[in-house]
Amino acid sequence: MTRNTDTGDDSGDAVTDGGVAEDGQRSGFSPVAALNERFGSDFVESSQFWLPPFLLVGLFVYGAIIWNLLISLTDFTGFGTPDYSDLDLQMYSRALADSGFVDAAINTFILLVGFTLVTLALGLGLAILIDRNIRFENTFRTIYLLPMSLSFVVTAQFWAWMFNFNNGVINIVITSLGLGRVDWIGNPDIVLWAVMFALMWQFAGYAMVVFLAGLRAIPNEHYEAAKVDGASTVRMYWRVIIPQLKGSTISASVVLMVFALKAFDFLYSLVGGYRPPNGADILATKMVREAYANLNWAYASAVAITLFVMTLGIVGPYLYYQYNRGNL
Amino acid sequence: MSNDARTDGGTVTEAGPGASAGLLSGLDAYRVLLYLGLLGMLSFFLIPIESGLVTSFKTASGVSGSLPFAPPTGGTFTFEKWRAAFDALGRGLINSALYAIPATVISALLGSFTAYGLTQSNWKQKYKAPVLALLVAGVFIPYQAVLVPLSQFWSMIPLQEWLGFLWALGINNDYASVIELIITHVAYGLPICTVLFRSYYKNMSDEMIEAARLDGASIRRIYRRIVLPLSGPMFAVVLIYQFTQIWNDLLFTLVLVQTESSAAAPIVLILAGLGTSLEGQDFALRMAGAFIAALPTLAVYIAFGEEFAEGVAT
Repeated sequence: MTRNTDTGDDSGDAVTDGGVAEDGQRSGFSPVAALNERFGSDFVESSQFWLPPFLLVGLFVYGAIIWNLLISLTDFTGFGTPDYSDLDLQMYSRALADSGFVDAAINTFILLVGFTLVTLALGLGLAILIDRNIRFENTFRTIYLLPMSLSFVVTAQFWAWMFNFNNGVINIVITSLGLGRVDWIGNPDIVLWAVMFALMWQFAGYAMVVFLAGLRAIPNEHYEAAKVDGASTVRMYWRVIIPQLKGSTISASVVLMVFALKAFDFLYSLVGGYRPPNGADILATKMVREAYANLNWAYASAVAITLFVMTLGIVGPYLYYQYNRGNL
Repeated sequence: MSNDARTDGGTVTEAGPGASAGLLSGLDAYRVLLYLGLLGMLSFFLIPIESGLVTSFKTASGVSGSLPFAPPTGGTFTFEKWRAAFDALGRGLINSALYAIPATVISALLGSFTAYGLTQSNWKQKYKAPVLALLVAGVFIPYQAVLVPLSQFWSMIPLQEWLGFLWALGINNDYASVIELIITHVAYGLPICTVLFRSYYKNMSDEMIEAARLDGASIRRIYRRIVLPLSGPMFAVVLIYQFTQIWNDLLFTLVLVQTESSAAAPIVLILAGLGTSLEGQDFALRMAGAFIAALPTLAVYIAFGEEFAEGVAT
């Protein structure tokens, strides 16, 4: 009932607008006027700006995802073209029976959650340090954010060297503390955490920038009020300031999780090949390996759809949240 | 994290306020600790880069015989690795620029068009919202979900035939992949460019645009005369962000160019396989290569750090 009234109002407005324009120009039926009447007065004229790019994105993103879903239902392998006449879910049942797939899914999940949490924590710490009225603020901020401007391919080279067994900085520091060397890349139980550490190094600056914007948006009175109440600095941040960073935390988390899902470039470059170190295989690396090294196109597409659904599970609620707050 | 820092702070304040107060009057122990924390983090972020830089100037015996973060000394200093890395990567620098620069410019322009058409024009929010939602969601798509169709698509397009006139001029036909990379990067970069421009256009003052509308200016004219000239700062942000993203991306180059032996191989693709062989890894070479590949984005970052920060924060 309410909805009907609303639409009625909307179209009423539009008709008035459209009518005026139309009367001045031509009489009789015109598809342009009809479209404008339906969608709003500028619809047709503005479409020259947004429609071609939108179609390009529609084709390359959404068209490709639907196509990918179709391929995942075929048995397409090797060279040639997929046969779309026989569609079934065979590739998905194969994935569930493949221990490599299950391991990769688990690793993806661990990397996603672990990386996001440690990066948020470090980023928040950095933002608070930077926000304490320090000198050379710009210099500190610029250097903390610097790794973010580097390619995964470049940072993978640095960290391959940092984690080197004999001469890497990490093992040198550890042995100087009297501990034994650790095989960071070679040990399947450790490598995922090493990768997480390297990714944290690269993206903590990003979390810092987001949190810093959030901190700067909090009115000074909130700090003052907490001081007057006699709260310690720790208490003030914990009770008063950090709860107000909810928005920053949510948007930073979503972006970080998407970065973690994309960690393919880093793992590929770490070893210079499709096969990441044992214990560090994630869905992104498995998908590309199945497709481009093993030519199992249909199976790779099924892995890709799994990854896509995981992303949708994270991004969907976020976009809905932003939409409801009118931020879209 | 922050808790830890504060707790530490407390202990040290009690231990040595006298010493620091005497040395640096005006700075209390809390400030000293704050700066120590800041400097500690500074070294955390710089050590991997510093270690890479000094290693790139070492000979093989220097790499294995000295501390990874110590500068090369006398006999172990060499430019050889930089020269070798440049020989391997030099063509990649040019190839990367060939697609990264056009793709950056085109995606920024189209992003500005799209955001303008969806922000400063009057059509119903009810219909605009799904178009916007699809564009925003496009920012977060994991590219793995489109890779197989992307390969299929480009293998179906007879780009080699269409560009026959270029090959007739003596250009290596591997360079067809440059065109593929430009179009692909534009398509997948458009969503983020649109989102960045939209956040800017939403906060732009309507007065001038309303006035121009009352004078009967067309949408195209308003864009050219009012919106585009005011978009300068956002173009800086988007161009810098997009250039960094496109230059740094490995996945699409791996799928579309496939092999580093291609004449059109981008720098990241060559770097990913550099210095790894059956005999072991040449870390000095890998470090020198990493720096050469990072130079363009580092230069952009150092020159336009503010715009870069704005781009990532939005």
